[in-house]
Amino acid sequence: MKAIYVITLTLMLGACGQPQPGNTAVFLLVDTSGTYTEELNKAQAILNYLLATLDSGDSIAVARIDSGSFSEKDVIAKATFDQRPSMANNQKRVFKHHMDRFVETVNTGSAHTDITGAILQATEFLNETGAGQKYVLVFSDLAEDLQQGHIRNFPLELGGIHVVALNVTKLRSDNIDPRDYINRLGLWQKRVVEGGGDWRVVNDFDRLDTLIGLNTTDPL
Amino acid sequence: MLNELLLLWSQRPAISLAVWLVLLVTVLYLAREPAHQLLKSTGRAIYRFMRSAARAVAHLEQRALQRNREIVLAQGREATEKFIEREFVRINEIVARDLSHYPALHRELTDAIERLENDYQAATDAPPLPPEWLSVVQTISELPRQGDPVVSSILENIQDEVVSAHEETLKAYQKSSAERHRLLSALQPQWRALAGKLSKTKDVVAITQERADAVDKHMANYEAIRDNEDSIARALMASSMTQFFISGLVLLVAVMGGLINFQLIAMPMAEMVGGNSYTGGFKTSDIAALVIIMVEIAMGLFLLESLRITKLFPVIAHMDDKMRKRMMVITFSILFILAGIEASLAYMRDLLALDREALKQSLAGVSALNAEFRWIPSIGQMVMGFILPFALAFVAIPLESFIHASRTVLGVMTVAVLRTLIICLRLVGGLAHQLSKMLVFGYDMLITVPLSLEKLVRQGINARHESRVAGSAEQPVVLSAEPTDSALESQLADKPRASRRRTKTAAPDTDLAAQQN
Repeated sequence: MKAIYVITLTLMLGACGQPQPGNTAVFLLVDTSGTYTEELNKAQAILNYLLATLDSGDSIAVARIDSGSFSEKDVIAKATFDQRPSMANNQKRVFKHHMDRFVETVNTGSAHTDITGAILQATEFLNETGAGQKYVLVFSDLAEDLQQGHIRNFPLELGGIHVVALNVTKLRSDNIDPRDYINRLGLWQKRVVEGGGDWRVVNDFDRLDTLIGLNTTDPL
Repeated sequence: MLNELLLLWSQRPAISLAVWLVLLVTVLYLAREPAHQLLKSTGRAIYRFMRSAARAVAHLEQRALQRNREIVLAQGREATEKFIEREFVRINEIVARDLSHYPALHRELTDAIERLENDYQAATDAPPLPPEWLSVVQTISELPRQGDPVVSSILENIQDEVVSAHEETLKAYQKSSAERHRLLSALQPQWRALAGKLSKTKDVVAITQERADAVDKHMANYEAIRDNEDSIARALMASSMTQFFISGLVLLVAVMGGLINFQLIAMPMAEMVGGNSYTGGFKTSDIAALVIIMVEIAMGLFLLESLRITKLFPVIAHMDDKMRKRMMVITFSILFILAGIEASLAYMRDLLALDREALKQSLAGVSALNAEFRWIPSIGQMVMGFILPFALAFVAIPLESFIHASRTVLGVMTVAVLRTLIICLRLVGGLAHQLSKMLVFGYDMLITVPLSLEKLVRQGINARHESRVAGSAEQPVVLSAEPTDSALESQLADKPRASRRRTKTAAPDTDLAAQQN
């Protein structure tokens, strides 16, 4: 009888405790510098995959990487999906519409590429959401080209954030010396890991299902 | 440390080990007697402890068996009482419905029989007799005519008169026959009506007889239960086990139905309580769906309880009829409302599925197609959402059977566990006893060398003693207060037997004796 009381009490206390946040927040950074704008349709496909995967209570944001990316002006769209699935579906439709319009309006690429600033912007957003799983998806060739006077050579703070580099295209110089490409990836990995984050590269879009650790089973 | 001890006697390990071995064997040889006693007494103590424990468990087992029997007989008695009560109610209904009209029926039958009798009397065949003078006239008319025309004419007239009288009589007879036939044909429907009434009465009596036979059968069972007969206890136990498995199977089906119901309403519940809300690690929408199903089952329990189909809650069973009917209406209303909610949730689920599918197609860049006959699964889901709560309500019946039967099954399982425990205890006790004997022999094997030496010494002493006895056979006997070697030897030889005898008389243990034999 005593054991039953203990078990009941434990269950009640467990039920009253603050649950661990189970939602996910994703920040997609889209490189709009130079010729990388030609790759935007791929970014659109990734966003569609994310919208189909994320669920009620999850958060998503899309921002462009340009000459100075640490700015709210670069955020194309952001949303935290409603608790009700029907409302969440409507929000997803609106989000997709925003992204489609952005892709249509981008014509020329930016002169410089501020990836660090964009990651900082993403980190700020993700930490504010208080989500259980936080992802920064960097859709870029990872070749940072900072504007004169911009300071970005300081350590990043990416505790608990998964950084995934997507579609890291090879530059012309990489073909001449592939070590540049490897060094570029290594450098970013080092910065992310030293900042407490988790680093991954996904170039094959056929494996998008492994992009983020979400439960993709359809409840319907 | 071990190495230091090993090399304590010599720097050469072999020599040191040999010294240790000699020391060890010597110590073991010197401690042989107490070591044997220690091993034997330990084995015996464990054996006795296990036997005592087995006896205690056997006592528990007997109590559990008795308890099971009491439970089974009590349940059987209660069930038989219900059967008998039900049979009497049926007989009462038959008597009230059919046999209450028996006086009227009896009168009808009597009247019908009386009418039949009268008609039958009236239909008796009585042919009309010819007039008395007719034979005289006929005799005269047959007299010889002898050629006299007057006489002949008179006789012919007389003959004509006779013939006409016969014809009249025949007509009268035919008329009366027709009347009789009419009466007899009127009897036929009366006979049929009478036969129908008698047949109906026979049926009623047959049904009553059948019910009476059933009552007799149940009464025989009841008497057997009251007399605490083994056969009826076994039959009830078997029946209880069957009930357990059947009701368990039905409950399993109900659980599956509950799962389907859960899947039907869990997802749309997110629209009501939020899709990302958690309570104790579980989705609140899932918990809400589960709670709705549980409430439906609870309402079903109360409804069947109010209808007196089940008897799980004595409080409801003891309510007065008015209150019980109110409760019936309330529980049915709640169940109906919940079924309606489920149907709407099922429809919402379908809508959400459609919306989600449309969104996915939109994200994939595929134009949405209007599927034909989409209304069929929608209606199917709604009907299922409405029906399942009522179907789940009936889970109370197998649940009651399961609970009642589980008492018996648990009792049987307890007895089985206790029996296994008894066997294990006895096995452990016997094993400990035999192991102690084996250890005694093992101990002696370790000190084989000194024991062999002792044996040789004893043989030498015996031989010397025998030669001395042979030499002194010719000398006079000398009485001595000191015990001789042979006396000591015989005492030593007798000691184990005496010890065994003491042990046996000090603590009689029939099981131990049986095992030793």
